[in-house]
Amino acid sequence: MIDADLVEVSRLQFALTALFHFIFVPLTLGLSFLLAIMESAYVLTQKIIYRDMTKFWGKLFGINFALGVTTGITLEFQFGTNWAYYSHYVGDIFGVPLAIEGLMAFFLESTLIGLFFFGWERLSQRQHLAVTWLVALGSNLSALWILIANGWMQNPVGAEFNYQTMRMEMTSFSELFFNPVAQVKFVHTVASGYVTGAMFVLGVSSYYLLRHRDVPFARRSFAIAASFGTASILSVIVLGDESGYHLGDVQQVKLAAIEAEWETHPAPAAFTLIGWPDDAQQKTHFAIKIPYVLGIIATRSFDEPVLGIADLKKINEQRIREGMVAYGLLQQLRNGDESEQTRAAFEQVKAHLGYGLLLKKTNPDVVDASEAQIQAAVDRTIPKVWPLFWSFRVMVGAGIFMLGVFVLAFWQSTQHRTAEKKWLLRVAMYSIPLPWIAAECGWIVAEYGRQPWTIGGILPTDLSVSNLSAGDVWSSLIAIVLFYSALFIIEMYLMIHFVRKGPSSLGTGRYHFEQATVTTGAHA
Amino acid sequence: MIADYETLKLIWWVLVGGLLIGFAITDGFDMGVGALLPFLGRSDSERRVMINSVGPHWEGNQVWFITAGGALFAAWPLVYASAFSGLYTALVITLLALFLRPVGFDYRSKMDSTRWRSNWDWALFAGSVVPPIIFGVAFGNLFLGLPFAFDEFLRPRYEGGLFGLLTPFPLLCGVLSLTMLVMHGSVWLSLKTEGALRQRSGRVTVLTAALTAMLFGIGGLWIVLGIDGYAVLAMPDPNGVINPLAKSVRMVEGGWLQNFAHMPALVTVPLLGLVLPFVTALLVVKRHEGLAFITSSVAVASIIATAGIGLFPFVMPSSLNPDHSLTVWDATSSALTLNIMLMVACVFVPLVLGYTVWSYARMWGRISTDHIEQHSHSLY
Ligand code: HDD
Ligand code: HEM
Ligand code: HEM
Repeated sequence: MIDADLVEVSRLQFALTALFHFIFVPLTLGLSFLLAIMESAYVLTQKIIYRDMTKFWGKLFGINFALGVTTGITLEFQFGTNWAYYSHYVGDIFGVPLAIEGLMAFFLESTLIGLFFFGWERLSQRQHLAVTWLVALGSNLSALWILIANGWMQNPVGAEFNYQTMRMEMTSFSELFFNPVAQVKFVHTVASGYVTGAMFVLGVSSYYLLRHRDVPFARRSFAIAASFGTASILSVIVLGDESGYHLGDVQQVKLAAIEAEWETHPAPAAFTLIGWPDDAQQKTHFAIKIPYVLGIIATRSFDEPVLGIADLKKINEQRIREGMVAYGLLQQLRNGDESEQTRAAFEQVKAHLGYGLLLKKTNPDVVDASEAQIQAAVDRTIPKVWPLFWSFRVMVGAGIFMLGVFVLAFWQSTQHRTAEKKWLLRVAMYSIPLPWIAAECGWIVAEYGRQPWTIGGILPTDLSVSNLSAGDVWSSLIAIVLFYSALFIIEMYLMIHFVRKGPSSLGTGRYHFEQATVTTGAHA
Repeated sequence: MIADYETLKLIWWVLVGGLLIGFAITDGFDMGVGALLPFLGRSDSERRVMINSVGPHWEGNQVWFITAGGALFAAWPLVYASAFSGLYTALVITLLALFLRPVGFDYRSKMDSTRWRSNWDWALFAGSVVPPIIFGVAFGNLFLGLPFAFDEFLRPRYEGGLFGLLTPFPLLCGVLSLTMLVMHGSVWLSLKTEGALRQRSGRVTVLTAALTAMLFGIGGLWIVLGIDGYAVLAMPDPNGVINPLAKSVRMVEGGWLQNFAHMPALVTVPLLGLVLPFVTALLVVKRHEGLAFITSSVAVASIIATAGIGLFPFVMPSSLNPDHSLTVWDATSSALTLNIMLMVACVFVPLVLGYTVWSYARMWGRISTDHIEQHSHSLY
């Protein structure tokens, strides 16, 4: 039997390392694009200030990028180290986007990043600009492939179980690639990265404007960030909606949990704006509801109902019973009874095998599970509601607030009044953490909402782990957390140091602190 | 479908091997430079010259490692799963060491303080020395077999910890792996630097080249005289779908020499590994550093290829239950997956090589301490 502590600590390690990776990823995605835009402005206008902007924001980009790479390496190998059975069971499909990501995206991004930093004197203007755009392209391609991998975990299409090799095997690469869940995820996630980059540049530029430092530099950065940010936040909200939700099994459960939809209501369902979901009593206290909205968001129609948790459980119970049959037949096949009849019977029910595997947690033999064990497994098919309910609302709240900030900032900069509204500059500055909070909450919705599965409906999380001792994983987790904390402190120290110094850190002699030493006190 | 299943399996053996060799040749020289950093650079400027000699490239080089990981996952999922979970602690230590490189390169010269910089120098040293040793030790253990086996649902189980890996032969391989990469890194340094630093690098090359050839020779003798290999006695048709539990394997004397016995031409590979380090040293002394870098790359490739050929068709022999050993024939993904990955590789490997060469060409030329001092804000 698999050690429950081992499963918990492996999950904790994955969650912490992935969430930590995703502190750096969105800024890379957003800033790389902003750098490309700034450098294009330089090449088109030949104004030195745009080159200085590219170099200065590029310096901050580099500080962030280093930790993005550091934390990504852990994730790439963690599937093998901590999720060995998972790696065997789905490597035939899941490994493909991961390998393509390396070959198509990481190579491009990482080979050219060196030229971005060191090639200013070695490349022509156009060549350097092309390099910058290709770095941005590379980081976006990397997001594409990893999200195809992640989308497949939510909605595993284009694959089939093979009893001879005891694993899932690919049946169609194009289904994997065009998985609608992955496509929606990609758009939403990269756009959330653009928002992060834009909010960062907007907030830091506001800081300079508030201090009347390097005003022309800050004003231009502010304008670019405001327009790019407005477009991005609109894409996050409008394009990144839930259209993937009526597809995968996992996604339906997730939707019900996000909405605390305990029972199926007649269409079109109401949206619970806020309330207090209570898992024990299976109801939401103090709910404030907006009629129709949920039905429209989730099903794009007025007459399709959104399935509630109670009905989903009934469906899952049926699937668990079929899964027990599938498991029994699989045992026969593995024990050498490969008759036509057994194979045909297995084909009939093999889609439910994963639900049978859910029982392994309490009964290693699966086929003779008791009613109580079955009911416990049914309950486990629904993740806890309140973490999903709240993370989702924090993300959406942050998104709507940022929409306001960007639209106002955009309006101000089109009116050339950027520096006037002090309160707006302050709001922009204090909003810097918001995109990160929203993105981390988004991942909690997506990943916690997928429990108890690593591969939706196919492979339960507790079977996915490696044969390690919980102690092994605790040691590695503690070591990683210590390393990461130290590196994070160093990174923040450097970030703040260079943000404070501003473009003067380029050593060109054109900016605030360098001039302050010449014309003593003029800017104090 | 590009090829039949058996051929595909062979092609993927070559491709995975190629990625590992690519990793050793590219990331190998920057690790070698990192390993020499605290010793060869006598002043801050000299150390900055060393770091900037690999500055524009180490990041792309490291992707060879990441992609090799991804390719293992896609092409040999069972190997990816069993090796990384079995060698858990060793891999975690490698990862912790690798953490120090991106931050070390990028952050070191961002502050003026001497203490800050010398701490990062040691961090870069650790990040460059630990991984080659561990990889060498891991490779060495493959010749002895690793203590793993599978249950009936193909869940891998590993019996043995970190210290079980540290026996004499694998330790020799660990040292060989480090000296080989230090040789390679020192050749790169003599190619990219000037004056005193170039002189000192040349001396390191002579020393490490001799050591590399010697250790490689000792390792070879050890295998010939003292280590039993594995041999497949019976196996289902390699062109079919195979279950890795369905073959029978036995330990035999001289098992790791069989491939060389069957195809004597293959003996040139270990011979190159023995001879080329000396050629490299000679070329460096004669100041043909460009050529020396090529011969040193080929030496690295030959040494790794020797191990791969010796083990073939085994990828991960099991000492716990030799029948459960993973081979080229039964550890692979499905035919469809191998095919798709092959098509992807055919398109992207040439592209990657193309822009990699372009980036090296653009950054060609020696770096001097004057150059560093003039560009102190924009360089590492
Ligand atoms: C390619 C696959 C993949 C991708 C792109 C991500 N994850 Fe994930 N995540 C997993 C694959 C996965 C996993 C291996 O399947 C885990 C480990 C345990 C589990 O159930 O799923 C997981 C768990 C997991 C958990 C814990 C859920 C739980 O166990 O309760 C969190 C919070 C995240 N992830 C967050 C993230 C973040 C912030 C990501 C962005 C980088 C991310 N995931 C990307
Ligand atoms: C859990 C799965 C993930 C794995 C295994 C993974 C792996 C990696 C690796 C190995 C790197 C370093 C690459 C290099 O050296 O250049 C990296 C960096 C990166 N990853 Fe991830 N990653 C994961 C999740 C994500 C997600 C979900 C995204 C995007 C939405 C993402 C986007 C990026 C980007 C943009 C980089 C570039 C470096 C940086 O962030 O600063 N990754 N990742
Ligand atoms: C305002 C309206 C928003 C809506 C309706 C929305 C909706 C969603 C939903 C439903 C998910 C879960 C997807 C899944 O389970 O597969 C999600 C995930 C996510 N959200 Fe949002 N979101 C909004 C705003 C934001 C903002 C402002 C950010 C960040 C700046 C953000 C970042 C993310 C991220 C990183 C994920 C995880 C990746 C993914 O699953 O796509 N979201 N979002």
